[in-house]
This record gives sequence, structure tokens and C-alpha cells, in this order.
Amino acid sequence: MNSDAVGAKSKGLPIGVRRMIAYIVLVLISFLCLFWFYVLLVNATRTNSQIQGGFSAVFGTNFVTNWKNLIGGTLPVVRGMVNSLVIAASSAVLCVYFSTMTAYAIHVYEFKLKRYIYTFILAVMMIPTQVTALGFIKLVGRMKLYNNFIPLIVPAIAAPVTFFYMKQYMDSALPLALVEAARIDGAGEFRTFNTIVLPLMKPSIAVQAIFTFVASWNNYFTPALILNKDKVKTLPILIAQLRSADFLKFDMGQVYMMIAFSIFPVIIVYLILSKYIVGGVAVGSVKG
Amino acid sequence: MRNKHKAVSYNKWGYIFLIPFVTVYIVFQMIPLFTTIYNSFFENYMSGLKQIGPNFVGLANYKALFASGDIWKYLRNTMIMWIMGFVPQIFFSLLLGAWFSDSMLRVKGQRFFKTVIYLPNLIMASAFSMLFFALFSDGGPINTILVSLGIFKEPYKFFSHVWSARSLVAFMNFLMWFGNTTILLMAGMLGIDSSLFEAANVDGATSTQIFFKITLPLLRPILVYVLITSLIGGLQMFDVPQILTNGTGDPMRNTMTLIMYLNKHLFSKNYGMAGALSVVLFIITGILSIIVFRATGDRQKAR
Repeated sequence: MNSDAVGAKSKGLPIGVRRMIAYIVLVLISFLCLFWFYVLLVNATRTNSQIQGGFSAVFGTNFVTNWKNLIGGTLPVVRGMVNSLVIAASSAVLCVYFSTMTAYAIHVYEFKLKRYIYTFILAVMMIPTQVTALGFIKLVGRMKLYNNFIPLIVPAIAAPVTFFYMKQYMDSALPLALVEAARIDGAGEFRTFNTIVLPLMKPSIAVQAIFTFVASWNNYFTPALILNKDKVKTLPILIAQLRSADFLKFDMGQVYMMIAFSIFPVIIVYLILSKYIVGGVAVGSVKG
Repeated sequence: MRNKHKAVSYNKWGYIFLIPFVTVYIVFQMIPLFTTIYNSFFENYMSGLKQIGPNFVGLANYKALFASGDIWKYLRNTMIMWIMGFVPQIFFSLLLGAWFSDSMLRVKGQRFFKTVIYLPNLIMASAFSMLFFALFSDGGPINTILVSLGIFKEPYKFFSHVWSARSLVAFMNFLMWFGNTTILLMAGMLGIDSSLFEAANVDGATSTQIFFKITLPLLRPILVYVLITSLIGGLQMFDVPQILTNGTGDPMRNTMTLIMYLNKHLFSKNYGMAGALSVVLFIITGILSIIVFRATGDRQKAR
């Protein structure tokens, strides 16, 4: 009530007009974000000739046929989906568990190297994986782990960004008195971590598990360097393969179906969990 | 005495809990980094079917890298496409962040709008690029719509013109990142003491004045953070132009980025050049990281 009175006094545009402009821009921007996925969904339901014949905003009836054609085609898409799922899920589990453990070590204990290790992890947080990719594939070659999921999963244990997020969350949500209390009750350090700290960290674990899963699910650069047998390829590699094949020979209904197959599972999970995800974005990145 | 004993017996667990992280970091990050640097001093590539090297050549790879001029072209491409995406990204993020956090404007449906603008950030970049390639291809839906609306007489070849191809890459980067930036900036704006806004209101400041005189200066640390992290992200630009152009960086390698160049060397097993390029990228991102580190560190100290 009060704020309206104050607003009326200022010499800028009236609040009603400003609100109108804001809504118009927001609706346009939302359209810009969603339009592509709508076209994708429509085209995934249409036949190749319908798609070639021009754009239509109406859904077709070819959804199931396109799906069957894609599954029966030359690209091992179901296999790719399973591979992507295994790698992303394992990475997410390892990443959140061990990042929480690392953050716990820094948060709870006092030891000589603590400050140096903490500073070091923060310092290397921004270094992109691409700059060590050469050494990485040489290492994978020496370990004879080409076409193996291990080099794509195990490195998730050392994730500075997730560590940092967990540490931030602990600062606000894990009082040291709680750890002391567990000690007095006779719980071992490892047990305290697993049975008391982990459940307490659930909200941040959930957010980071989703982020790690999605990052791994979407990752193209590293898997493409390591996986080259059909049996182990992940979805992004198959997409790239689809792109490099002679485009016009393809049934476009299948192409759209393949893209939809890679994108929509993430969209559905996101829509279910969006409250936590959007809320979690700001916490880890901005200090203060 | 008892306290001291306690401290010793518990604190060794700090090291024990750090073992997994440190081990994996050393094996999968540190050793590869040193191998990468080491390889940058060796001549090591395939000439046809013949393996050349590895022979120690000192800094010859670096000389060759900078002498060929390709690296400058690709650096330029990367920066151009990053700026083309970053300018609208920061503009809309500031605008939307200001609207969302404005208590007088009371925008309804914020949850919906935030969910929608963040959505593209989670989409598989390679699939999203494949989608854009299909949509913007010569016979694709976008061309069909543009021709039927009478905007173009015949389909526009988006991927054959330098600026339309670059614009598409930049536009996709914009779409994928402005939601993320909006949320970050909004968090920063909500953290500003609201009494400042109230005081400005009482003094009769317009919302534009409030934005430029109060919000923007106080947001500076977060803006620096967003700028530098986005720049580091921009230097890593790969998936979108790689899939859109099928790795060629066409037209005429004008959308080829630094990481696409690195990827090329890695696939052709030219490890010497790949090493030199990696080291250069490592140094650039290292310098940028230090700036972020300093900026965020100052803020922590200030609190």
C-alpha cells in the first residue's frame, strides 16, 4: 500500500506501464526459450514427407512409427541411453558422496595442511578439463581403459566445484557441536559422517547430484575422445554421428525423434524438481 | 592434556577423509596436466601412416603454433562469438533480475518465468545444436516460416554466411546462459540492503536512477565474477559450433573455436601441437582464475 503511494510520487513511468512492459518482455523471452522445443516435439510426431512439406504447428500421428524406426535403425540409441545413464548416475553418486566427504574433512578437522589444501582446491576450481585432455587420454591409453567407463566416472570423485558448494552449505547447516555430541555418544568418525552428516546434507546433495548428473549426461568432449566402439557410445556421441552422416539421406522424423529422446528426459526431471534446481543455482556460485 | 590428546586423535581423520579426493585429483588431473606440458616440448605426430617422433624439440611447437596464424584466427572467432552472446546475456539478465527483485513491481508468476529461462541451461548442448541445425537448414522449418511470411524470397543459407553462422552460435550460447546469469544477479540484488531503495524512493528517484546509481555499483563484485566465469566458459566453447558445423568450423573456418582446434589435433594425434595449445589455454584460464579468486576473496574478507 505504502510503496504504491511512494511509487506515484516518482517521475518515471507509472508503475502500471512498467509492469506491462515487464510482462510483455517476459512472455516474449519465455516464447524464445520454449519455441524450439515445441517445434521439436511437433516434428517428432510427423512423417518425413510431412516435415519436408513445410512447417505446421499441429501435432502429427507418426510418433510411435518414428520411435520404432529409430530403435530399429542403425544407431544404437537404446544402448546409448543406457550407457549415458550408467555413466551419469555413477558419476553423480561418487561425486556427491566424496565431495561431501572432502568438505567434511575441511569443515570439521584442524590439521596442518588444511589451509593449503583448501586454498589449492579453490584455486584449481576454474581450470577447464579440456586443457588436460591430452595428458588424460595418454593416461587412459597407458591404463588400457579406452572404451571403458571408468575414466569417465572415477574422476568425478575429485570435483572442486561440488566440494565448494558442500563446504558453503556446511558452513550454514552443520554445527560442530553436533559432531561433538556424536563423539560423546561413542560414534566413530566414519559412522558419524555416514549416519549423521550425510542425512543432514540431503538438500544440497540432491541439488548437486542433479547438476552432476546433467553435466555428465550432456558431456560430449571427453567421452568422444575415449569411446569409439558402438557398444559403449553415449548419446552425445551418437548425436554427433547423426550430424556427420549424410543429412539428406535421413528420415527427418527419426532425426527429430533422436534429438527429442536426448532432450526430453532431462526436461521432465527438471520440471519435477525445478524448485530445488533454480533455488540451488545461486547458492554455490555467489559468496556473500 | 586431555584436550591435546583429543585433538591429535581426531584430526588425523581430516587427512583420511581427504585421501579419495587427493588421490583421484593427482591421478586424473595433476599427472595429465604434467604429461600435457611435457608433450608440448616434443615433436609427435602422424605423417600419413608414418609416426614422427616423439623427439624433443624445445619450444618449436609453440613457435609453429603462433607462426601459423591459425590460433589468432580461432581466438578471434571464439572471442567474437562469446561477446555476441555475452552482451545480450548480461543485458537481459540485469533487466530481468531487476524486475524480479523489484518489490514495487511485484511480478507475478516468477516461479514459472525462472523455470522457463533456466531450462535451456540443462539441455544437452550437442542435441540442442543438432536441433538448431535441423531447424535452420535450407529446407528446415525456420526457412519455411520466413519464406511463407514473405521475409525472404528463397531459403536463407544460415550456415553458409559468416555472420549468420556466428550469430546462431552466439544466440544459442545466449539462450543457454542468460537464465543462469539472471538467477545469480538476482540473488545479488536481493542481498542489497532494502533501506537503500526505500531512501532513494523517498527522495523521488526513478527506478532507472535507482538501477544505475544504487543497484549497479553495489553489484560490481558479482558482475566481475559473472564476466570472468563467462569468459572462461566462452574460451571452452566447443559443443555448439562443433555439432552445428560438423567440426569444420565453416564457413571458411570462421566459427572454428580454440577447443575445436585442440580437438582436431587430439583426433589426428598431433600431440606436440595439442600440448602447446593446451598449455597456452591453461595459462590464459589460470590468469583469469586468479582474477576471480582475488575478487571473491576480497568479498569474503570484506564481510
